[in-house]
Amino acid sequence: MNSPDQISVSELEAKALALRRHVIRMIYAAGSGHPGGSLSCADVIAALFFKVMDHSPERMGSQDRDHFILSKGHAAPVYYAALAECGYFPTEELLTLRKLHSRLQGHPSRVKTPGVEMSTGSLGQGLSVANGLALALRLLGLDRKVYCLCGDGEMAEGQVWEAAMFAAHYHLDNVIAIVDRNGLQIDGRTEEVMSLEPLGDKWRAFGWHVLFMDGNDMWQVLDTLAEAKGHKGSPTVIIARTVKGKGVSFMENNVGFHGKAPNAKEYEQAMRELGGEV
Amino acid sequence: MSWPMEAQRKSYGRALVDLGRARGDVVVLDADLSSSTRTVEFKGAFPGRFFNCGIAEQNMMGTAAGLAVGGMTVFASTFAVFATGRAYDQVRQSIAYPDLNVKIVASHAGITVGGDGASHQTMEDIALMNALPNMTVVVPADGPETYKAVLAVAERHGPAYVRMGRGDVPVVTSKEERFEIGRAHILREGADVALVGTGQMVAACLLAAEALKARGVSAKVIDLHTIKPLDVEALEKAARGCGAVVTAEEHNIVSGVGTLVAAALAERYPVPMERVAMQDVFGQSGESEELMREYGLTDREVLAAAIKAMERKK
Repeated sequence: MNSPDQISVSELEAKALALRRHVIRMIYAAGSGHPGGSLSCADVIAALFFKVMDHSPERMGSQDRDHFILSKGHAAPVYYAALAECGYFPTEELLTLRKLHSRLQGHPSRVKTPGVEMSTGSLGQGLSVANGLALALRLLGLDRKVYCLCGDGEMAEGQVWEAAMFAAHYHLDNVIAIVDRNGLQIDGRTEEVMSLEPLGDKWRAFGWHVLFMDGNDMWQVLDTLAEAKGHKGSPTVIIARTVKGKGVSFMENNVGFHGKAPNAKEYEQAMRELGGEV
Repeated sequence: MSWPMEAQRKSYGRALVDLGRARGDVVVLDADLSSSTRTVEFKGAFPGRFFNCGIAEQNMMGTAAGLAVGGMTVFASTFAVFATGRAYDQVRQSIAYPDLNVKIVASHAGITVGGDGASHQTMEDIALMNALPNMTVVVPADGPETYKAVLAVAERHGPAYVRMGRGDVPVVTSKEERFEIGRAHILREGADVALVGTGQMVAACLLAAEALKARGVSAKVIDLHTIKPLDVEALEKAARGCGAVVTAEEHNIVSGVGTLVAAALAERYPVPMERVAMQDVFGQSGESEELMREYGLTDREVLAAAIKAMERKK
């Protein structure tokens, strides 16, 4: 594989596909988990971990690197897959997800998993943490970014908007939030459960620089993240339109696969569709 | 007995400034109550390391966690009822579970908040914080002990909760006395009954001990400033030595300090025990002293409890 500077779009797309296969294998082996929200953000995760972010396992002890907070903690499988592919722990360990004594908890745990910077899972809390980390980097005089991947359903949590206000007030332009706008949450479509739109206007009103992208199109993902990185003076949020369950036909836009593992037959089909061995 | 009176918050403000001078990694957050909690002192001395979060306690706790992820030692302050109740899930998920260096130092705990009434009083904060793994819980008796507690939690790894009252409380300890987290402070030796106080109830225990002395009773007084980790050795020693124990706290009797002491002694060395605490009711508006009398949190109740516990020895 090429270095992060040289990795091509097609190589990144292949990486995203590999992450999706890991996700399906892991959740199938665990017998539970959240495939839909891991598959929707696999392209964004691939772009961040294999190209955009400057990070490595050797530098976990240092703050002088880019940082990542997974606010939508239920997308832990795709996060673990990326960390393993980046060498934070062996890829074989991925199949221990959700098992007793595993380092890979159902939701990310800072104290258990190498590479995981923050424990998340209770929704709406990640952005506050990203803000605090961004302030620490500023105090340390480090020109580094904190990327925070949020779910769209968790936008209903009040703390998200407290954090939005805070980041704008303190001009945290080293915070880049990405909203995985897959449009579905456990009880159905986000607009039916709790309307979020006009979501971009809400963030803009809170003082954020707002960008939109197709979060399943690697070209757009890279372009938009590059634009966000260059923005100064205010925090940036990228609203990433994505397809929940992306890459597996029967999981796409299917709320039933928010938090359900595939059965044996579904597993085989999913792996075939993702170009993997069963 | 009479002691000079002083608010614990003032000692907190001084301790923060001293800490800020000694350590560049100390950062302070507040939620629009900096003049009440006295974090304003730190703000004045180190404006670049103070961040007001506005009236948003949940975000404050998450921001504190993020600063700690970034290597800072963070003090987050507001009123106790908001720090522990309003932001409980943030303290649990973002601070205690990831075992981060966030020190929650809360003021206006207990019912002595006074006039603000039950919405601003808290008598369940010790229970809430104590139930969290990784959390250290300290309830200093007075100003000097608050100063030492703040320095001690800064040195100690992991999350901590330090509880302070609003008003002036009797200064019953001195600058020179030794303070160690997890080590109960023996203020007075005695053989007939052990009075175990926390926070400003330590003064009530000392007064009760004096009244007992006049009746020929020798009372031991323990300032139980650390609720977690609990000094079970000191408690067992007191139970063995005195044969009767009284606890006194400005907190609910349900899941309070008395409950913890009773559980520890039940396992180690059960003796007759009485608990002076809020009787599972919400408070109300009033002057601090009126409220302490109204809810039975004075030296009189400690004295009565001691007599009752000693009678049960037979």
